[in-house]
This record gives sequence, structure tokens and C-alpha cells, in this order.
Amino acid sequence: MIEKADQIFVILAHWLVSFLPVGLQPAALVLLAVVAIIVTFPALFAISVLLERKGLGRMQNRYGPNRVGPYGIFQPVADGIKSLTKEDIVPTSADGVVHFLAPVLLVVVVFMGYAVLPMGRNMTLVNLDAGLLFFFAVGASTELSVFMAGWSSRNKYSLLGAMRAVAQMISYEVPLLLSSLAIVMITGSLSLGKIVEAQNHYTWGLPHWYIFTPWGFAGFLLYAVATTAESNRSPFDLPEGESELVAGYFTEYSGFKFALFFLGEYVGMLSISGLGTTLFLGGWSAPLQILGWVPSWCWFFGKVMLSMCVFIWVRGTLPRLRQDQLMNFAWKFVLPLSLINLMVAATWRFLGEGWERWVVCSAILLLAYTLMGRAGMRQGQIGPRSYRYAE
Amino acid sequence: MTPATNPLIGYLLVAALLFAIGLAGALTRRNAILVLIGIELMLNAANLNFIAFWRYGPHPELLTGMMFAIFSIAVAAAEAAVGLGLVIAIHRHTHTTDLDQMNRMKG
Amino acid sequence: MSIVFFAIAGLSVAGALAAVTLKSTVHCALALTVAFAGLALLFLELDAQFAGFAQILVYVGAVAILVVFAILLTRGSETPKDGVYSTKWLLGLVTASGIFAVLAWAVLHSTWALPGAGGAPKAAPQVTVMDIGNALMGRYVLPLEIVALLLTSALIGAVIVAMHEKEGAQ
Repeated sequence: MIEKADQIFVILAHWLVSFLPVGLQPAALVLLAVVAIIVTFPALFAISVLLERKGLGRMQNRYGPNRVGPYGIFQPVADGIKSLTKEDIVPTSADGVVHFLAPVLLVVVVFMGYAVLPMGRNMTLVNLDAGLLFFFAVGASTELSVFMAGWSSRNKYSLLGAMRAVAQMISYEVPLLLSSLAIVMITGSLSLGKIVEAQNHYTWGLPHWYIFTPWGFAGFLLYAVATTAESNRSPFDLPEGESELVAGYFTEYSGFKFALFFLGEYVGMLSISGLGTTLFLGGWSAPLQILGWVPSWCWFFGKVMLSMCVFIWVRGTLPRLRQDQLMNFAWKFVLPLSLINLMVAATWRFLGEGWERWVVCSAILLLAYTLMGRAGMRQGQIGPRSYRYAE
Repeated sequence: MTPATNPLIGYLLVAALLFAIGLAGALTRRNAILVLIGIELMLNAANLNFIAFWRYGPHPELLTGMMFAIFSIAVAAAEAAVGLGLVIAIHRHTHTTDLDQMNRMKG
Repeated sequence: MSIVFFAIAGLSVAGALAAVTLKSTVHCALALTVAFAGLALLFLELDAQFAGFAQILVYVGAVAILVVFAILLTRGSETPKDGVYSTKWLLGLVTASGIFAVLAWAVLHSTWALPGAGGAPKAAPQVTVMDIGNALMGRYVLPLEIVALLLTSALIGAVIVAMHEKEGAQ
């Protein structure tokens, strides 16, 4: 009974496909899974948009949208209808083909990332041997669409926003890859299914998730910082900050194309949170062994929505970083720390079982963090305050 | 000579075509960056050759072709970075990227 | 020769042709990205999964962005006043066609082109990433270390070459 609830989507898919001739069945199974992904994740996007507006509103001491439906739950529907019926304005000097292809490329690339995420037991679309590499390869292609959007608008603000966004995304891509590399090194495989399997063991009822190890915890924090920057979310959202650059690289987009960019950004956030839960939070495995009766896909989606809530919480709390501050942060703090994290993970592996490795690894990481934090804060000495008035 | 008997021939012809197109681009365009684009195309065509021979040649379990292609990708990325840095530095000095105008050794 | 091969090869060649013939440099860079993506798909068709994904990660994700940045930093997106082709374009075209002719002749008259030279259709080699890792750390450890050194020196060199000169150093 518990296994049936756990595998209900797999059983459903096989039952639906059994009506077709045997030759078509594998292709039909893949097609069904793709349709399920294309239906589920935009639905989650709608839920997260609503969650964000209500959550941000409450954090800013106001109600969020509460007119459309009870407690505003039909707000995403209203937003969707608005975007679809708005006039699609393309500037005359804009490069037509590139302007059209930029949001299309973003959405296609972002949905491709879901092909390797294990969303439950036996619920991966394609069990690639180099799954993590595939995910990062398609994630690297989103920068190209951001640049295309900014350049094709023939607008100085869009181009500036696009260049800032691309510089930010390539700077934070290296710590993203390095923090995931520690996981790959300890697991010994690039396949996401195997990484989740390696975390699915329990000692005294507690799970072996990688976040509960010193290097895993540091890696998770570095990964969280890097993904916030990759998705251009606050506090790293200078490229799309409304007060600086109008709307950054999507200034000249309206109507459905803007909705596609918005969709692409949030679906990208969901997919990269999905990868974060797979790598650090144990994917579809339950937190305590006694809770193993809850279906695995419930845990996966629960953890992904929890990560989204943390994203929204961070957005409502922290101030925005300036461009040079965030580049300094990337190259001088996050990157060295992720390299040190990699070496600490190697030390963990080679010290063998026991309590020594916990102490040694935690000590190295805390020392590195304190030293680099202190060194970083000593720069930028603020001189005496001076006032300049327009003469 | 139908390629249907050996799919390797198709891949080798495509690689040769890409190489020739890259070479034509490197030899005929004025902008220095487009010459670098041509060079990248040539390197990619060579990579395709390596992988095709790895797949259809003897001893694919030795991974020679794949290894060579991976190292070639790494080296090409390094070369693109340095080459484009050079183009940017030259542009800062002479305010042009037109190769036909860069015919003097004196700065 | 399957239809998939012809479709992907056609895409790559079309992208490459567009990359060397278009007038606007940014369009050339974007067409180059299409050619790279087509090549990555060809690698995947040849069962070289690691090489295909590495091609996308390195070329589409990094080299293409680098080319685009270089174009923007050198004002390459403005239309050039003397035309886009060099004055000696015919010589370049003839050379390239000659080289293609020689290569195609060599391929078609080699022993690989004889019917039956391929033997039975070869099964795809089952290559896992673990095999590649073992090879990199075993047989190819020296090239790996040299490539690491090369990449470090290229990184430092590119930064130094493209850095702004200090004021007053003239």
C-alpha cells in the first residue's frame, strides 16, 4: 500500500501507455513524462508567484494581493490573462529575430534541466550517467538568452543590464560547480540517481544527507549563494533592479514575451532548487526513518517549495548588493571558500570514520571563513563623512 | 562510395566541410574577432574527426579519441581567451579591429 | 546514414556558413553558437556523452559568451566603413575550396571508404564517466597536469594582456 502510493505516478504512466502497441510504448512513456513536467512546474510557478507576493507583502507589513478570490489565490490566473492580452510592442530598431528568440531560448533551456532531476523513487525522466554535467551544461546556456534579450533591444539600459547580468552569472557559475564537485567526489558518480541513493541510508533514524556533514553544510551555503546570484534574485538582482535600470535586460519586452521571461526565471529557480535538494538535502529521501511511509515525491516537492520560501524570505530581508560588491564577493570570498570546501571534503574522505574528522573539518572551515571574512571586511575603509552640495 | 556502408565517411566529410568553412572565414574576413571565430570552427571540426574515429575505429575502449577531444576543448578555450584579450588590447591601442589596417609593426 | 545525422549535420554546416558570411558580427557570434550546439548534438549521436556535454558547457556556455563580450568591448557591432570582406577574399576562398577538395578526395579514396571496411555495424562502446576519470588519472595524468598549468597561465595571461594600463605608465 505504501509502495503503491510512492510509485503511483509510475504505475499510472505504465497503465496509460499499455493501451498502445508495444513498439510505441517507450516513446509514449517519455512523452507522457515530458507532458507531466510541462504541466506540473508551471503550476508550481503559479503557486510560487502567489507565495512570493503574499509573503513579501507580509514581510513588508502589508497584505499581498487579496482582491482576486479568497486571500488572493486566483491572482496568478489574473496575471496570466493580463500578460496574454497585453499588446506585444517591439521597437522598430530592435533586431526582430533575436528579440523573438531570446525568451524562447530561455524557456526551452530551463525546461531541459528537469530531464535529469530525480523527483521520486524511479521517477527520473532520463537516468543519464553524466546527469549533473548535463544540468550544468544547459544551465550555462541561459546566459546566452539574457545577452540576446539585452542586445537585441537596441537600448543602452537593456544592454548595460544584460552585460551586468552575464558578468554576474559567469562569475557565480564557478563556485556553483565547485560546491557541487565536493558532492561528486564523495559519491563517486555524476549520476543524480546515485547521489540520492547514497544519501538514502539512516543511522539511529537520522539520515545521511550531505548537509549534515561540515563540508556539506558549507557547500550548501555556498551553493545557495551561487544559485541566488545565478537566478538574478535579490540580493543579487542589480541587473533587473527596478530602481536602477528600469527593468534591465527585459525593458523592451511586453505581454507574452515578458511572461515567458518571468516563467523562465521562476522555473529556473525551481529547477536549481531541485538540484540543490538532490545534492545536499537528500532528494526524495525522508528526514527520519520512521517517516518513510510518506511518498518520496512528496518529500522532493516539499523540499523544493521550502527552498523557494527561503528564496522569498531572503529577498524580503537583505538589501541589494552593488555590482562591484557582488563581483568582489564572488571572486574573493565565495570562490576561495569553495576551493577550501573541496579540499576539506577530500580530507573528510581520507581521515576515515570517527569523531576526529568532524572536528578537523569543522575547524578548518570555520578558520577559513573567519580569516577570509576578516580580510574582506578590512577593505573599503570608510573615511570621514563629507557632504557635497550643488554649488 | 555510398556512405551507407560506413557512417564514418559521412562524419569525416562533415568535418572536412566545417574545416573548410572555418578556413574560408579566417582568410576572408576583416574583423579580427571573426578570424578567431573561423579558428574555433576549425578546432571543432578536428574534434569531430577525433570522436568519429574513436567511435568507428579499432579499440574504442582505450578512449584515446575522446581524451584527445576533451583536451582539445580545454586548450581551445584557453586559446580563445588569450586571443580575444589580445584583440581587446590592440583595439584599445589602435581603435580598430580591421586586420587590413594593421600592416605596420611600429605602434 | 540516418535522417537524424543529416538534420544535425545540416544545422551545423548552416550555422558555420552563417557565422562566416553574415554582416553583423553579433549575428555571426550567435550563428557560431548554433554551429557549436549542432556539433554537440553530433557528439551525442556518436555516443560520446561526456564530450558532448563538455562541448556545450565550455563552448556554448563560455567561449560564445567570451566572443560576444569581445565584440561589444571593441565596438564590433557598428557597421564597418570599408566592407566586411578583406581585399584578398578571392584568394582565401580558393585556398579553402582547394583544401576541402583535397580532404574530401582523401576521405573518399581511403580504405575506410571501401564497402565492408567498417565491418559489422559496431555496437556503441559503453563508456561511463568513471572510465574517463580512471583514464584521466591513470594513463593521461601528465596531459591533465599540463592542461591545468596551461589553463592557469592562459587565465593570468589573458588578464594581464587585456588589463587597463596604469595612468602615467606611457
